[in-house]
Amino acid sequence: MATIAPIAIKQEPLSTYKNERPLPFCPGCGHTLILNHLDKALTKLQIPRTQTVIVTDIGCVGLSDQYFTTNAFHGLHGRSIAYATGIKLANPELNVIVLMGDGGAGIGGTHLVNAARRNVGLTVLMFNNFNFGMTGGEHSVTTPHGAITSTTRRGNPEYPLDICATVGENGAGFVYRGTSFDKDLPDRIAEAIQYQGFALLDIWELCTAYFSPFNDFGRKEMLGLVDALGLETGLLYYRNVHEYSHYVRELSKDAAGKPTLPLKPIEPEFPNHVDRKFHLVLAGSAGAKVRSAGKLVGYAGVMSGLWATQRDDYPTTVKSGHSISEIILSPEEIRYTGVAKPDALVLISDDGLKKSGRHLARMTEEDVLFTLPQFAGVETRARKVILDPKKAGVRITRTNLALLLTAAALRHLDLFPIEALEAAAKRFQARFADQNLPIIEASQRLE
Amino acid sequence: MAKEYIDGATAIARGALAAGCDFFAGYPITPATPILLHMVNELPKVGGVGIEAEDEIGAISMCIGAAMSGARPFTATSGPGISLYSENIGLAIMGEVPLVIVDVMRMGPATGGATTPAQGDVQFVRWGTSGGYPIIALAPSSVAECYTLTMRAFDLAERYRTPVFLLVDKEMNYAMATVDIDEYVDAPVGQRPLVPQQLPEPAVVDGVRVNVVTGQPDPRLRPEETYLPYDFNPIDAVPPTSPFGGPHVTRFTTSSHDEHGFLTKDPEKVGRLNDHLRLKILNHRHDMEFGIPDIQDEADTLFISYGTTARAMREAVDRARNAGKSVSGLTLHTLWPVPETMILDAVQGHDRVIVAELNHGQYIREIERLVYRDAARKRVIPPEIAGLNRVDGELITPEQFLELL
Repeated sequence: MATIAPIAIKQEPLSTYKNERPLPFCPGCGHTLILNHLDKALTKLQIPRTQTVIVTDIGCVGLSDQYFTTNAFHGLHGRSIAYATGIKLANPELNVIVLMGDGGAGIGGTHLVNAARRNVGLTVLMFNNFNFGMTGGEHSVTTPHGAITSTTRRGNPEYPLDICATVGENGAGFVYRGTSFDKDLPDRIAEAIQYQGFALLDIWELCTAYFSPFNDFGRKEMLGLVDALGLETGLLYYRNVHEYSHYVRELSKDAAGKPTLPLKPIEPEFPNHVDRKFHLVLAGSAGAKVRSAGKLVGYAGVMSGLWATQRDDYPTTVKSGHSISEIILSPEEIRYTGVAKPDALVLISDDGLKKSGRHLARMTEEDVLFTLPQFAGVETRARKVILDPKKAGVRITRTNLALLLTAAALRHLDLFPIEALEAAAKRFQARFADQNLPIIEASQRLE
Repeated sequence: MAKEYIDGATAIARGALAAGCDFFAGYPITPATPILLHMVNELPKVGGVGIEAEDEIGAISMCIGAAMSGARPFTATSGPGISLYSENIGLAIMGEVPLVIVDVMRMGPATGGATTPAQGDVQFVRWGTSGGYPIIALAPSSVAECYTLTMRAFDLAERYRTPVFLLVDKEMNYAMATVDIDEYVDAPVGQRPLVPQQLPEPAVVDGVRVNVVTGQPDPRLRPEETYLPYDFNPIDAVPPTSPFGGPHVTRFTTSSHDEHGFLTKDPEKVGRLNDHLRLKILNHRHDMEFGIPDIQDEADTLFISYGTTARAMREAVDRARNAGKSVSGLTLHTLWPVPETMILDAVQGHDRVIVAELNHGQYIREIERLVYRDAARKRVIPPEIAGLNRVDGELITPEQFLELL
């Protein structure tokens, strides 16, 4: 990937992955305990620090990366998992550790669930202290029901999100719940780092600045909350999974080295009889291959030495409503792609008619309307050429009518030989050539 | 003369691949989706990764993360998606991340008209993030230019480590056009300044760690550092970086930071950082000014336009001249930073300037600012400046230009 291949870095054994700066958190804050557990895990594993990235979210936990000697990425609130996904996707060999809080789990919940679902090989340490510590103790998605925070003075009316179940039920391969007081946490963190897929440790901890004093909430009360909510601790989910960044590469292996969007040069092969900009509009129904017919006209035009453009208008739905293709053919380069007034309009369906009012009103005696017998009475000053599909001698369906009428119109207009349209059908819509060529052939019988 | 019949989206995707793009993350949105489809399909062929993210915020976040792992990231969206990109555009500016963002403009505000061409995001991309720092935006006005300017966008993003916008619209992205294949001009694509990808040797001289960038002992270096990730000298220089996974420890941050990438409130360092983010773009604006001035000395009127609208303008200019009239046209390929020299040179000698755009008059503000200030400085009467605008979902026609002559 990229310009830099991962390289094997030898590293002298490290006795710590923290730097010399003391951690800045409030006295008794769980963050200090968890970061020391993380340091022990990293020291145990001795993964080179240049191959390790600590990604931090926002909140007090967002300060953490500055106290480690590894690579660091400090980004926006809630997006740490998405940055980490990009880091890992671009270099799957990196050891990517996300440090985020329950605040980040709320605002970035979609990234959390989706990374879990994909099993991106991240290690997520959820610093879960049930409130927003940095901004003054507001309630978060994990605040227990009834708890006092600065935004729930009368008790939290909401119920907490079970982060472990949320990611675990949605595919995360390694999910653990514990507290900052767990003696074995360094080992659990190390196991999570070594696990190939998405690993999350939901680590409950005390916010001694806000949540603890507001709720008389200490170590004993926190352990009691686990029981009160009927939750379990320890390793809650463990599965064998495909790690996403490796898996996407594995799945696309067979594409390697194939040409990307190769040029399709077109040399002029046919003569043309176009001496000025010619505007051709096809007006039909969505899902009836109007645009495909239009494209064949453009390709045939270019194969006849002309310049062509095509702009389409259709609703955002598929196979419903109108489909209008405005094609310009010109002996000179076309800059403006709009069509003020068609020189010829091929009216294919009621949907097309509904969108053609303006064009029909502007067309003059010099212009031609090609249409079906049922639209013979349409009001316009344009000369009408009525085309009857019953004369085609082949089965005409909703999806080949546009090409049939367009081909008949082209025969009539003689902008370029009909052989150019056939050649375009063979070369540029080769998959459908067997269906399209008989229709182009049949178009000579319509008038 | 060989030609090709293709749409702008294909040319943009080709330009990205030719520029060495190896990472794309996007979220489906009309009218930008064709670029997502191309990139997701094509990138595996070159060993890259294309991903449909869970939302636009995830998409741009993944691009930024990938950039820090050394990738050349790319994304495409439309106005509503740019709204969701906004906060991370600021992060990319602050963290100095190379990133090319296509905004396939559609009619707004809000959901607006998904399949309706518009040019309403011109000031939005300029001022679309908090703090208000310079960005770069290019606007192709033909399919061939879609290819070349996409490459230029990658070049500028890499060399200046900054987000670069490619502004197109539904018409440019979707409409089929004929291209003379000789018009696909490859632009040179540079690379972000990189720290040498080996460790300094020796690592320490007289107890002081050696900076791998300068090769000299550098007492500012911390024990884990071999270079300083945000060390810019002079102030408008782009600091060299090293990807995650390379031989050096690299810190990235979205917060006001010192040369180590540590949070700081030191007024001297914060002020210098913020001036740096501005000056690294504005002091190099001559390197980013692209456009096509088509000036007739005897013309009274100058048309200025960009993107899809410039196509109608160029047709109108040709038609007017064929009818014996004199008129000038300036097609802007760079919208941000404002190509001031090119615009003032083009305006020179004209009595009237018409700025045509598919919005209520956004870029005309820049033309007025420049031209009026220039005239005040020179104590001369400025030319009349007027807008030619349209917001009904239809393109501005060549006839609308011609009626003004």
